[in-house]
Amino acid sequence: MNSTPIRVLVTKIGLDGHDRGSRVVAAYLRDSGMEVIYTPPWQTIENVISLAEQEDVDVIGVSSLATDHLIVPDLMSELKSANLHHVAVVVGGIVPDNEHDMLNKAGVSKIFGPGTSKEEIVKCVTELGTGARKYKIDEGDFF
Amino acid sequence: MIDNDHNSQNKKTTLKKLLSGDVALLARAITLLETGGTKADNLAYKISANAGEALVIGFTGTPGSGKSSLINCLVKLLRDQGEKVAVLAVDPSSPLSGGAVLGDRTRMGEHTSDRNVFIRSVAARGHLGGLSIAIPSIIDVVDAAGWPIIILETVGTGQSETEIMELADIKVVVNAPGLGDDIQAIKAGVLEIGDVLVVNKCDQPLSDSLVQQLKSMLELRSSEKKNIPIIATSATEDIGIQELDKTIKNISLNLGNEYKAIRQANRLKGNLWRKTEQLFRYRLKEINSKKIEDILHQLRNGIISNGDAAEIILNLCVDKE
Ligand SMILES: Nc1nc2c(ncn2[C@@H]2O[C@H](COP(=O)(O)OP(=O)(O)OP(=O)(O)O)[C@@H](O)[C@H]2O)c(=O)[nH]1
Ligand SMILES: [Mg+2]
Repeated sequence: MNSTPIRVLVTKIGLDGHDRGSRVVAAYLRDSGMEVIYTPPWQTIENVISLAEQEDVDVIGVSSLATDHLIVPDLMSELKSANLHHVAVVVGGIVPDNEHDMLNKAGVSKIFGPGTSKEEIVKCVTELGTGARKYKIDEGDFF
Repeated sequence: MIDNDHNSQNKKTTLKKLLSGDVALLARAITLLETGGTKADNLAYKISANAGEALVIGFTGTPGSGKSSLINCLVKLLRDQGEKVAVLAVDPSSPLSGGAVLGDRTRMGEHTSDRNVFIRSVAARGHLGGLSIAIPSIIDVVDAAGWPIIILETVGTGQSETEIMELADIKVVVNAPGLGDDIQAIKAGVLEIGDVLVVNKCDQPLSDSLVQQLKSMLELRSSEKKNIPIIATSATEDIGIQELDKTIKNISLNLGNEYKAIRQANRLKGNLWRKTEQLFRYRLKEINSKKIEDILHQLRNGIISNGDAAEIILNLCVDKE
């Protein structure tokens, strides 16, 4: 009876301001019953950490069309320092093949290239979100 | 679950950390309260003793009137004065999927990394009245975690949002010109609950005439409700925010000390009512379907009235088999 929707932060870091893609994804996730915190583009990493913490999100989706994904490794390490290692990070948009490895090594859970289906995105975010939530419950049966 | 010494010691430390202002814990406590269940009830119970100090300022009004933008300006002003502020922004959930895109805080982006501002987006999750069912306990936990000012933004349904009345110490009703028929705003019950009426977007044409309409509407009221302040603001041009702040401060000064006790009693009662309703709805679902069939049968055949039937159902909810 007491299930709670997965919470996802959909955001853009870096300089690129095209946010159509992230809007579409936000709508997908909402239509699948998730709660999406949506931000305008040009967020700093500091902002993303603060948003993830205050909104207690389970997944962060970063959209990147140009070079924004290059800052994602910084985001990953800041998340760890902020004790938010349970939050899963996915990157959507255009990431050159030879840079996937670098993102995966940094701890990114999934990269969605152009043309990824709605079903695939929803399925993956649901799994990651459920995992993050479960981790928190296991770790923090605290109140 | 084994509640051994170690475990309960852990819980005590966690609660202490929460009460001393750990933001990550506060965020997770809110999620727990939203989820509901026994653990949430326990948490709500444990923190209630530490709540009741914060000033709660409620913003309600027509969708798109500028509530979030105004809150952003007010937060900026309060920060300039050195205050710590928390914002709880409620947005509607989709009735179909249960999901939501929570967008209020996009208007408050400049405060995102300020550690003295806590913003939380809350989905209404199907609760009527413009607030989520967990909001009362969420207010309590934010309060207990040491946030002295809590600004609450409700879903701008424009319908009578009575719940905000009992939760907010000061109710600000936001209107704006050009949002459909002006008379609509006047018809809807929300204006009745305002301690302050704001006409936002005063940079737009027709805002003067909206101010006039509201004034003449107040004229018709009984004398003690006549003097509600009407403030023209522009969140985008930064007009009238100081006056709004001053007005809110004046009202809060006049609330007096005995007021806190009354408010806390009202909240307690409201929480009890909501919990009882929830329990009642739950019990309704538990009633043996054969018994319901039987009652429906009698109803169809005119043996009992609708009112009688409801009375029988109510009794079934009380004496559980
Ligand atoms: N011209 C003008 N536009 C404004 C003003 N305040 C807000 N807006 C614009 O009005 C639109 C809605 O503003 P919000 O602050 O999101 O309004 P809201 O009442 O919080 O909206 P909901 O939460 O969706 O009900 C945005 O496009 C704002 O930029 C104002 O004072 N003047
Ligand atoms: Mg809003």
